[in-house]
Amino acid sequence: MDNVIRRQTFAARLGRVVLYGVLILAALFYILPLIVMLMTSVKPLSEISAGTLLSWPQNPTLAPWTKAWGEACTGMRCDGVGGYFWNSFAIVIPAVLISTTVGALNGYALTKWRFKGSELVFALMLFGCFIPFQVVLLPMAQTLGWLGISSSRAGLILVHVVFGIAFTTLFFRNFYVGIPNELVSAAKLDGAGFFRIFWRILLPVSAPIIVVSVIWQFTQIWNDFLFGVAFSAHNTQPVTVALNNLVNTSTGVREYNVDMAAAMIAALPTLVVYVLAGKYFVRGLTAGSVKG
Amino acid sequence: MKNTSALRLGPGAKRSTSSGGLQAWLPRLVLAPSVAISLFFVYGFMLWTFVLSLTSSRMLPSYDFVGFGQYARLMANDRWWVASTNLMIFGVLFVAICLVIGAFLAILLDQKIRQEGALRTIYLYPMALSFIVTGVVWKWLLNPQLGIQAMVQSWGFESFRFDWIIDPDMAIYTLVIAAVWQASGFVMALFLAGLRGIDDSIVKAAQLDGANLPRIYWRVVMPCLRPVVFSAVMILAHIAIKSFDLVIALTGGGPGYATDLPATFMYAHAFNRAQIGLGSASAMLMLGGVLAILIPYLYSELRSRKHG
Amino acid sequence: MSTLEIRNVRKEFGSERVLKDVSISINSGDFLILVGPSGCGKSTLMNAIAGLEPVTSGNIYIDGEDVTFKTPAERDIAMVFQSYALYPSMTVRQNISFGLEMRKVPKAEREASVERVADLLQITHLLERKPAQLSGGQRQRVAMGRALAREPKVYLFDEPLSNLDAKLRVDMRTEIKKLHQRLGTTIVYVTHDQVEAMTLADCIAVMRDGNILQLGSPDEVYNNPVDMFVAGFMGSPSMNFIRAMLEKENGRYQLRITTPGEIDLLLPWPESRATPGMDERLNQPVILGLRPEHFSEEDVRLTAQAEGTLLNANISVVEPTGADILLRLPLGEQEVTARVGPKCPVVAGARLALRIDMEQAIMFDAVSEQRIA
Repeated sequence: MDNVIRRQTFAARLGRVVLYGVLILAALFYILPLIVMLMTSVKPLSEISAGTLLSWPQNPTLAPWTKAWGEACTGMRCDGVGGYFWNSFAIVIPAVLISTTVGALNGYALTKWRFKGSELVFALMLFGCFIPFQVVLLPMAQTLGWLGISSSRAGLILVHVVFGIAFTTLFFRNFYVGIPNELVSAAKLDGAGFFRIFWRILLPVSAPIIVVSVIWQFTQIWNDFLFGVAFSAHNTQPVTVALNNLVNTSTGVREYNVDMAAAMIAALPTLVVYVLAGKYFVRGLTAGSVKG
Repeated sequence: MKNTSALRLGPGAKRSTSSGGLQAWLPRLVLAPSVAISLFFVYGFMLWTFVLSLTSSRMLPSYDFVGFGQYARLMANDRWWVASTNLMIFGVLFVAICLVIGAFLAILLDQKIRQEGALRTIYLYPMALSFIVTGVVWKWLLNPQLGIQAMVQSWGFESFRFDWIIDPDMAIYTLVIAAVWQASGFVMALFLAGLRGIDDSIVKAAQLDGANLPRIYWRVVMPCLRPVVFSAVMILAHIAIKSFDLVIALTGGGPGYATDLPATFMYAHAFNRAQIGLGSASAMLMLGGVLAILIPYLYSELRSRKHG
Repeated sequence: MSTLEIRNVRKEFGSERVLKDVSISINSGDFLILVGPSGCGKSTLMNAIAGLEPVTSGNIYIDGEDVTFKTPAERDIAMVFQSYALYPSMTVRQNISFGLEMRKVPKAEREASVERVADLLQITHLLERKPAQLSGGQRQRVAMGRALAREPKVYLFDEPLSNLDAKLRVDMRTEIKKLHQRLGTTIVYVTHDQVEAMTLADCIAVMRDGNILQLGSPDEVYNNPVDMFVAGFMGSPSMNFIRAMLEKENGRYQLRITTPGEIDLLLPWPESRATPGMDERLNQPVILGLRPEHFSEEDVRLTAQAEGTLLNANISVVEPTGADILLRLPLGEQEVTARVGPKCPVVAGARLALRIDMEQAIMFDAVSEQRIA
C-alpha cells in the first residue's frame, strides 16, 4: 500500500493520532503488569500497604529479592526459590539437548530417507503434540516408580524428553522438507552415508531451526508446572512449583513484594531468551500452525 | 525399498555389501526409539488411563472393573459439571476475545507504524512467561485491598468495585482476563504473519477498484486469513482445555470450587483426593474434547496438503 | 570410460507403471540423451541408473557389471542436478572435493583434482566462495566441476541447463559439447528441450509414458521418426500433420488433400519411397508429415505450371524470425507452418507459390499414428 498516494487531509491525520493512541493503550495493557511486578518487588511492605500499585517506590530495596532467593518459605521449608531455580536448569538443559537431538535425527530420517510408512510414523508421533497431558499423568507416575526414578530430576527429564520429541520432530521435519532432496542424492552419489550426510550436509544449514527448537523446548520445560508438581519431591521441584508454593503458603504475613520478586526470578530466564531471540520464539510458536 | 528387494531375492540377487543393507535400515533404526516411546508413553498410557477409568481405583490403581461406573459418577458429580461449564465459558470467551484483539492489533500494526518492532515485542512477551507467573501477577493486580480496585478508589472513585477474584460468580472471568493478557499477543503475531504473507498486488487492485481501507480488510484481506483463524482457534482451544497452572496460581480453583476446570478437577481427584478411577474418567473425557477439535482440523490440514 | 546397459527395466509406484520394460545399451564415450515430455519417466530412469531409486525388475550394467543392487556410492556415478544441489554450507572447493574425500582420496590428490577441474571450467577464482555468492551460470559450472573431479564411470545430467537464461543456456550447451569431445566421457543426459537433444547427442532416446519410442542418432530421430509423436516432438516449429487420402492412379501413388472452397490438391508420392504398407491403405485417410523446411518459395515464372508439388497458398500470417520467415497458411483442413528465406517478399493476405519437397515427406497411419512410409 506504500505506493498509493493518499491525500493528507485533517481526517487522515486525526486517524493516525487515534491509531497510535489505541496502539499505545494496548501496549500499556501488556506492559503494566510487568512494571507493577517490578516496582512491587523493590518496595518495602509498608510502602505497599500505604501506596497503590502504580506509586513509584520511595525507598527501593533489594531485600525482597534476597529473601525470595534464599529465605522465603515454600511449603514446609524456608530456603527461598534459589535452589529450585537451579533445579529447573538441571532439568531443562539435558531435556532440551536430548529432545532437540532426537528431533533433528527424526526429522532428517522422515524427510530425506522416506520409506513405506514414514508418513504414518510422523502422524503417529505428531499426535503426541496434542494430547492433554492429564491423560498420561497416572500411568506416568507408576512407570516412573517402576523405573526407580519417581520424584527425581532424571524422572522429570525423561518426561520432558518423551513429550518434547513430538514437537522437535515436527519442527525439524517441517524445516527439512524445505531442503532440496537433490542435496541428499548428490551426497549419496558422492559416497556419503546416513550419518555423514546428516552431519556434513544437513546440520550445517540447520542453525535457524535448532535455535527455534531449543528456545521452544526451553520455554516449554522451564514454564512447565503440571509435570513438575506431579512428579517431583520437595528437593527436586522446578522453580514454577516452588513459586506457587511460596505464594500459596498460608503462614505469616503476606509479603507481596517477596511474591513479586520470586515471580520475577521465575520469569527472568524465559524473558531474557525472548528479548534476545524473539524472532525465533515467534517462529517456534507459529511453526505448528504454519504449514510445512 | 523393502518390498522391491524382497521381490527380487532370487538366486544371485543379493546386496553386494552389508553396508548397503545397513544403510537402508538406518533411518528406521533411528526412528525406532521415538516410535517405541510414542507407542508406549502416548498410546499405551492413553489406553492405560482408559483401563483405570473402568476400575474402582482409589488411592492406588486396582484392577477391579466396574464398567462405566466412574463415568456415571462423573456425570452425577456436581463439581464436574461446574468444571465443564466453566471450561465452556472460559474457552469460548478466551478464544473469541483473543481472536478479536489479535486481529485488531495486527491490522493496526500493519499500517506502517513507527516502532512496530518494539510494540510487537511488548504485545507478545507475556507468551514467554509461565502461566504460574501470570497467575501470581494477576492475583496481585486483582487483589481487592491492594490492587486495581484500591488504586482506582484512591483516585477518588470511592464506589469503584473490581473484586471479581473473590466473587464466586465472577471469578471465572478473572481467568479469562489473565489468559487473554497472556495469549492475545500471540494471536496478533499469527495474524500479522498472515497479513504480511498476502500478496500486496491484491490490496493494490482493490484500491484501484475504489474500495476504502476498512472494506478492503473486511472483504479482501480477512477472507485470505481464514487458515490463520483456523489455526489460532485450534491452538487457543487446546490451551483452554489444558489450562491448569493458571487456575492453580490465580484462584486455586476457588472461591470454593467456583473456578475449577476439568484439568484441575482431574488433578485434584487423581492426586489429592484418592479417586484415581474418577480422575481417569475425567482425563478420558478431556481427551475426547481435544479429539473433537483436533480431528476435523487434521483432516482438513491433510486434505489441503494433498491438494497443494 | 564405461559402457552402460539397461535391460528390461520396469518401475512401478503402487499400481502406477512409470517405466515399462526399458532397454538401452550405449558404448563407452557415448552421449545419450533421454528426451520426452514431463512425466514420461526420463527422470525416473535417470534415478534408477544412479541407484537413487530401486527398480521393480530388470537389470542395469556398467562396464558389464550388474549394479542393480548396488548403492549409489558403489556405482561410481556422478550426477549434475537441475537445481545444481550444491552443498550450501561448503565452499566451492569443498563442494568439488567432497566426493573425493568420501572415497578417501589423499588430500594432496584431492587438491590437484580441484585445481585441474577448476582450471578446466574456469572457476579457479570462485573456489573460496559459497554457493549463495554465485550466479546461476557459475553454480552450473561448479555442479559440473563436482561431477568431473571424481572421474566416475558414467555422468548423469538431469536437465542441467533448464534453470539458465536463454543466452547462457546456448553457451553452456556448447561448452558441454566441447567437454565431451575433449574428455570422451560416457554421459546420460535428460532434457525436455529437443534443441539440446539434437545438438548434443550421439544417441537420442525419445520417451513417452514409460516407454522408449525410438532410440537412434539425432539424424535418424529427426528424419526418420517412427511415429507421429516422435516426429512432432523433435523439431521446432514442429512438423505439420495434414490429413490426406492415399490414392493410386495410373500405377502411381498420390495424396489427395481436400481444402474447403478450393480444388483438391494432388501430391504425387515419389515412386522410390513407396512401401508395401501403402497398398493396404489405398483410398483410406492417412497423415502426411511435412516439416516447415520442406516448403520452399518458388518463382512461378521460372517453373512449368502443371507440376503437382506446387502449392499456390493464401498466406494468413507472416512471422519473420530474422534468420528466416515463418508463414502460416491453410492446407487441407488445417493451418500449417512453412519456413522460407529471409528475403522472401511476402505479406499477409497475399498468395504465394510454395514447392513441397515430397522426397522428405513422411506418411503416417491415421489411426495408429505409426509411420507407413
